[in-house]
Amino acid sequence: MVKPAEVNDAEWEQEVLKSQLPVLVDFWAPWCGPCRMVAPIVEELADEYSGKVRFYKINTDDNVGTASKYGIRSIPTLLVFKDGQIVDQLIGFRPKSDLKRSLEKALS
Amino acid sequence: MSPETNNKRDPVDGAEEYDVVIIGGGPAGLAAGLYAARGRHKTLLIEKGVVGGQIALTELVENYPGVPTVNGFDLAQTMLQQSESYGMETDYTAVSAVERAGEKWLVRTEGGDIIAKALIVTSGAEYNRLGVPGEERLTGKGVSYCATCDAAFFKGMDVAVVGGGDAAMDEGIFTSRYADKVSVVHRRDELRASAILQERAFANPKMDFIWNTVVEEIIGDGQVTAVKVRDVVTGQRRELPLSAVFIFIGQHPNTDFLKGLVKMDNGGHVIVDEWMETDQPGLYAAGDVRQNSARQVASSVGDGVTAAIAADHYITNKFTHAPGPVASAVSD
Repeated sequence: MVKPAEVNDAEWEQEVLKSQLPVLVDFWAPWCGPCRMVAPIVEELADEYSGKVRFYKINTDDNVGTASKYGIRSIPTLLVFKDGQIVDQLIGFRPKSDLKRSLEKALS
Repeated sequence: MSPETNNKRDPVDGAEEYDVVIIGGGPAGLAAGLYAARGRHKTLLIEKGVVGGQIALTELVENYPGVPTVNGFDLAQTMLQQSESYGMETDYTAVSAVERAGEKWLVRTEGGDIIAKALIVTSGAEYNRLGVPGEERLTGKGVSYCATCDAAFFKGMDVAVVGGGDAAMDEGIFTSRYADKVSVVHRRDELRASAILQERAFANPKMDFIWNTVVEEIIGDGQVTAVKVRDVVTGQRRELPLSAVFIFIGQHPNTDFLKGLVKMDNGGHVIVDEWMETDQPGLYAAGDVRQNSARQVASSVGDGVTAAIAADHYITNKFTHAPGPVASAVSD
């Protein structure tokens, strides 16, 4: 099973912005209940979209730079990137079908 | 759960049949599932997100008897494991419509059709929005409905909490761990919150109270920078510069998919009898979706248990419902 990898401020540009594949990033923190609700859904999708989309998690407590650069004021927030640009933003807990729609849009 | 899809389609051949189907995985649904499964009924719980409902967003539950303090998400997970250990199945999908199918019920979901001998609706409630300019645009950018999720992003800043009930006080107190100042904006001159939460809020040095005041607009370009408020007594308007607005002004039941099927009150709450049965035999509603719910974890659990016992009686007595025999079945 492919799982979302942890990414940090230092690796951000290389891993996320320069990725050839579309990227979904899960902004989370250990104290956030709804993040724990989203995490298993993101893990399932990471497996289903293996080879098509890359999945990352970023801990907003440890990576304040990236979180503030993107104006994250609520978690979970999922950002979908394509060629280094944000193509979609999902704030708060969302059902799996919403996440799939967003990924399909990024792949089309 | 909107009713727009699948309404007119015939039921899929071979739609799986269950004895008891429960819609919604909050405390009421999880408790109903426990009792139905222990009654050896083939039981399915349908949840559109992840189980727990509103308590999954609650940092600490400290009023569930027998459990001094527990994280809401953890409590829900424990309830789920307990119910599943007796055979309850869980399906993560959204319900689009419910229809009568002879003596049984047809549940349309995104994952297919399901037949139920008895149906228990525990779909809970969702928070209300203020409905003011700026609110939708700035959601996730300083407008929040979950302090436990977002408060940490406002360390050292000034924020507002809107509302005067338990949720507003709970989340306001939590937010004060991070924010420098928490202004409680409330449209009345007294709180509705329980006495113990009022005591804690009034004693909190970071919290202040702006009475008789409503929010008219949330201001910000990309991020919240202020709210425009109006004093309802004097009519005076002013702006409060701040970085976040946490909104806790009540909730509304998730019953759109039942419209036209069961009797509801004007607020969309399902009307039930003391056995949680609706005006439709074999269809039950428990927890925050029903009229006059106490809206507590403990009362919702009680509702769910009651509904499951009534459903058990309904199924084992071949779709007949009589309040007397239900009561005697319980005292056996």
